[in-house]
Amino acid sequence: MGLEYVRISPGFEKYMPRDYVDLVKYGPFGKQLDVMQMGQFKELVEEHPMCAGCYMAYFIRVFYAALPNPEDTIVLGTAGCARLALSQAAVPFVYGNYGDTNAVASGLKRALSIRFPDKVKDVVVIAGDGGLIDIGFGMTMHSWFRREKFTTIMVDNEVYGNTGGQESGMSPKGLQLKMAPLGKKFDKINAVELAKTAGCVYVARISPTNPKRIAKTIRRAILAARHFGPTFIHAYTSCNIEYSIPTREVLADARKREKQDFKFYEWMTDEVKEFFEELERKEKQEVKK
Amino acid sequence: MPEQRVVEPEYLILEAPRERKFITGSQAFAEAVKRANVDIAIAYPITPQSETMHLVGDLYAQGYIKDYYRAEEEYGAMSAIAGAVRGGARAFTATSGPGLLRGLEAIVSWPGHRIPAVLGIMTRVVNAPLSIQPDNVEIAYLLNSGLIVFHAENQQDVFDFTLAGFVISEKVDVYLPVVVATEGFFVTHAKGYVDLPPEDMKLPPRDPYKAPVPPTDCEIPPARIQRDAPVQKSNFMSYLIHAVWQQEIWSANRRAVKWIKHYLGGLIEVVNPDAEVFIVASGCAAAQGREAQRYATMEGLNVGLVKIKSLRPFPTNELREVLKNAKTVIVPEHNIVGWLAKEVKAAIPNSGIVVDGPRVYGGMTLPVELIMDEIYKAFGIKKERKTVV
Repeated sequence: MGLEYVRISPGFEKYMPRDYVDLVKYGPFGKQLDVMQMGQFKELVEEHPMCAGCYMAYFIRVFYAALPNPEDTIVLGTAGCARLALSQAAVPFVYGNYGDTNAVASGLKRALSIRFPDKVKDVVVIAGDGGLIDIGFGMTMHSWFRREKFTTIMVDNEVYGNTGGQESGMSPKGLQLKMAPLGKKFDKINAVELAKTAGCVYVARISPTNPKRIAKTIRRAILAARHFGPTFIHAYTSCNIEYSIPTREVLADARKREKQDFKFYEWMTDEVKEFFEELERKEKQEVKK
Repeated sequence: MPEQRVVEPEYLILEAPRERKFITGSQAFAEAVKRANVDIAIAYPITPQSETMHLVGDLYAQGYIKDYYRAEEEYGAMSAIAGAVRGGARAFTATSGPGLLRGLEAIVSWPGHRIPAVLGIMTRVVNAPLSIQPDNVEIAYLLNSGLIVFHAENQQDVFDFTLAGFVISEKVDVYLPVVVATEGFFVTHAKGYVDLPPEDMKLPPRDPYKAPVPPTDCEIPPARIQRDAPVQKSNFMSYLIHAVWQQEIWSANRRAVKWIKHYLGGLIEVVNPDAEVFIVASGCAAAQGREAQRYATMEGLNVGLVKIKSLRPFPTNELREVLKNAKTVIVPEHNIVGWLAKEVKAAIPNSGIVVDGPRVYGGMTLPVELIMDEIYKAFGIKKERKTVV
């Protein structure tokens, strides 16, 4: 059904906003577009109120371009910076209460599975380090223990950006931040290992320096969740405001962190690996034809 | 499990033949859920609620419910209920005292998110010192959030309020969550007679498209309010959106009145409407008030009872009408703060006639004698009381 609700009812084209008409005509609904074509098609998120030079905004833009099935995808977020852009996208977005994303997504995904057992309905959580690993920690972990079939993406800016720069569980040790007046006393939480231990079937860590790789990782995480179980991506998305990174240096910073502690890492179960090998073999055959 | 056929709510609730059973309040909750065509139930343990969700789990195992799981804790359970209902499912959960307060942030946002669901509450002491007994102060926390709140006197009420709760909750002009509260142990773990319609009948399934706020399922354009929080607008838009949305929730809460009258026979029940002295009570206190009214009548005293079934919407007009000639209004309660006495005082123009009590708290039983003492005082009767130490 997805495409049906996106399409404009005949006769209404001239009354719909230009942006929406363009989105239906030139957007990614019902198509598989290459993320490298960004700029040549109408994107699902364009205007947003995030800070100039925000790398999280860039990551979210690539995220929407990478969705395998945007017309049948629901995104969930929580308080924090990410939802400022997520709520502006042309994909249904659920904004609940503080840190509740993975519990809400559990209920939502189960309801959709009851109501549409034969349809693909992708559910994706995108929330920050505070939302997923601090306030929502229990719900994040338990959604993984329960093997809920949706994707969790942590956009880690290593700080509570939206509330004004407080320490989070993902801030680096020693750093002086608000609510850490003498510097943070403990290490960054190892979210990737927690995800593996808790039962995620696909886990990745990424610094968004290469759009093609971001898109592939997101696509894999969503497809694996659709078929096998919970999946998790830990993405470094710097806060150029709280960490005082000049706008023109955010990419250089992402590259620097990629070399230090955000080296691309991808892990999946054997079952998921076989699935992608088979899928990618088929895709190559399609291209040859 | 018997093959269940779908029947109209009017038939199942109001007309179907009923058979009398002797069951606990927990069983009464489960019997209602069994006939409510529930898609998903989400459970988390806490005494005295747990037994209800055990029984609901058995219903899932037998095939009456399509999905069921034990959540991580109440905040997670209540958030998942919101997710499931947004996804178009009909959902049920239940909790008690501290569990209710743990889940409260999620629960009090259900009306704003327009989440039609049914939440069972089996009251239990909150705050310290710890106890598992059925003090009902927790109900006070629910009264100012837009939820519809019913308070069941006995096992029969539990069944009737819960089954009707699903129907009222999903009415297009209501579309709010319904709470069915009752006293833990006194009702949940004690047996009473309950007249039940046949178990091979169930309500029609939820139609999530018959809704003022559509589901988020990629089958229909989503509601903008659910995705786009007013906080990210200008301050002016933020005030405005929140204000009009909350006004609509409270209007919807009022609009439930006609459905409560239709399915449950009214917001209140009145015994002896021409009385001089009234007992006004809800839940288990109404059961004790009923006994006191009976004793008083046997003694030739003109005493009436107003049982409040629906705390939200609150029966303000009904109380004003019934109590217009009352000399004294006695409000017995199972909590220390007297939330019902405050509600009654605020509802009637002559609040001076309201006696603040009697109250018991900590979950102890409410002896009928305490209510009788207030009745004697109201009639100026002096009684000698023997105290045996």
